[in-house]
Amino acid sequence: MTSPEAGAGADAVPFVLRRPGVPFPPPEYDEFRGRPGLVKAALPSGDTVWLVTRHEEVRQVLTEPRISSNPAHRGFPAPSRTGGVPTAEEVPGWFVALDPPDHTKFRKALIPEFTVRRIRSLRPAVEEIVDDTIDRMLARGDSADLVEDFALSVPSLVISSLLGVPKVDRGFFEAKTKVLVTIGSTDEERDDASQQLLRYLDRLIAIKTKRPGDDLISKLAGDGSLSPQELSGVAMLLLIAGHETTANNIALGAVTLLEDPQWIGDERTVEELLRYYSVADLVALRVVVEDVEIGGRLLRAGEGVVPLVAGANHDPAVFARPHEFDPSRSAHGHVAFGYGIHQCLGQNLVRLEMDVAYRKLFSRVPTLRIAVPLEELPFKYDGVLFGLHALPVRW
Amino acid sequence: MTRISVDTGKCIGAAQCVLTAPTVFDQNDDGFVELLQQAPDGAESRSARMAASVCPAQAITVRE
Repeated sequence: MTSPEAGAGADAVPFVLRRPGVPFPPPEYDEFRGRPGLVKAALPSGDTVWLVTRHEEVRQVLTEPRISSNPAHRGFPAPSRTGGVPTAEEVPGWFVALDPPDHTKFRKALIPEFTVRRIRSLRPAVEEIVDDTIDRMLARGDSADLVEDFALSVPSLVISSLLGVPKVDRGFFEAKTKVLVTIGSTDEERDDASQQLLRYLDRLIAIKTKRPGDDLISKLAGDGSLSPQELSGVAMLLLIAGHETTANNIALGAVTLLEDPQWIGDERTVEELLRYYSVADLVALRVVVEDVEIGGRLLRAGEGVVPLVAGANHDPAVFARPHEFDPSRSAHGHVAFGYGIHQCLGQNLVRLEMDVAYRKLFSRVPTLRIAVPLEELPFKYDGVLFGLHALPVRW
Repeated sequence: MTRISVDTGKCIGAAQCVLTAPTVFDQNDDGFVELLQQAPDGAESRSARMAASVCPAQAITVRE
């Protein structure tokens, strides 16, 4: 059997599937899942990859040591036309781009900060942040953009609190992080915001090294397992990984709950929202480093692989009636946070943020409603993450 | 009877077991899995099996 080399994509399907008027995940995923083997696709960058849509095979790819997360390897797919994913050589501490054993040091250093107990202890701080954000939103009148004024603010403020950013600097932090993820920002504005945040984090690390507090940066600076450069990359990674992803989940979930309010307050809702939307569908890019068989297909070293987590989370073999939003199902086993050693470190923090966000939002603003027809909502068809660019609301 | 074992060398501290079967699994201060019961039964045995199936690091082994 011969496998096509990356780049030789004559028979590859074009991978521009998310589009207006079509539900997400797109119906093509169901069709791909029904085909034997894997589907060859051409990304907007021109790279040819294998798409994986079945739950079992997505988990297999994400736990396979012969398939790497390191973009330094030949054939690693670039998601978009504009660029690739940084390597840990370019950004020290960017440990999502590392395989074991290099990855292990970072994960080990960070997991004590994300244990179930530690995240539970953050609930009062998250509640205060959500309350303050709602106060600011309500003070502005009777309408808002729930993305800009709520969904993007909460995770930015939560991460700044986790990292140890002093309260006086959180406005700066929130403003700069928003520039990174807002569609209206120019490339120059994004670069500038990114540089300012990196400089800020470097200064914060220097300060926390001398005068430690009770926060993540102080602890990691104190235990000496990471260099200051690595710590700065780690802090930036936590910020990028935890900001827009969480915001998209909060905003999409708010639409669902406003449309289907019977689920407001149901403890199972957050898990089902995570499965149903699978916003990080295109995040887990991989490259084969040693020939390996997946889904009956021999994948060759140097070929790119895209395990589609939305595909896996809508696999009817695991989730009956997968395109229905139904919190009464068991959403256990979804891979919205990935699978394998890179599974999202902050997943329990995301669950906490979503839970607090909905509890506070719908109890404090009971008349909240979407201000435009649903079909006019600007969904993110263009980015790596699925979500909403804006969510106009009134109360 | 169900026998549970955990491989702390594989554990990545994602804590899915603690959320799924909190009476069977715990996390130590370093974030790694700790087994609270080696031989759960009934509902606890079922949730322990569920925890094994969702563990992203495949660090939990269940023997019947």
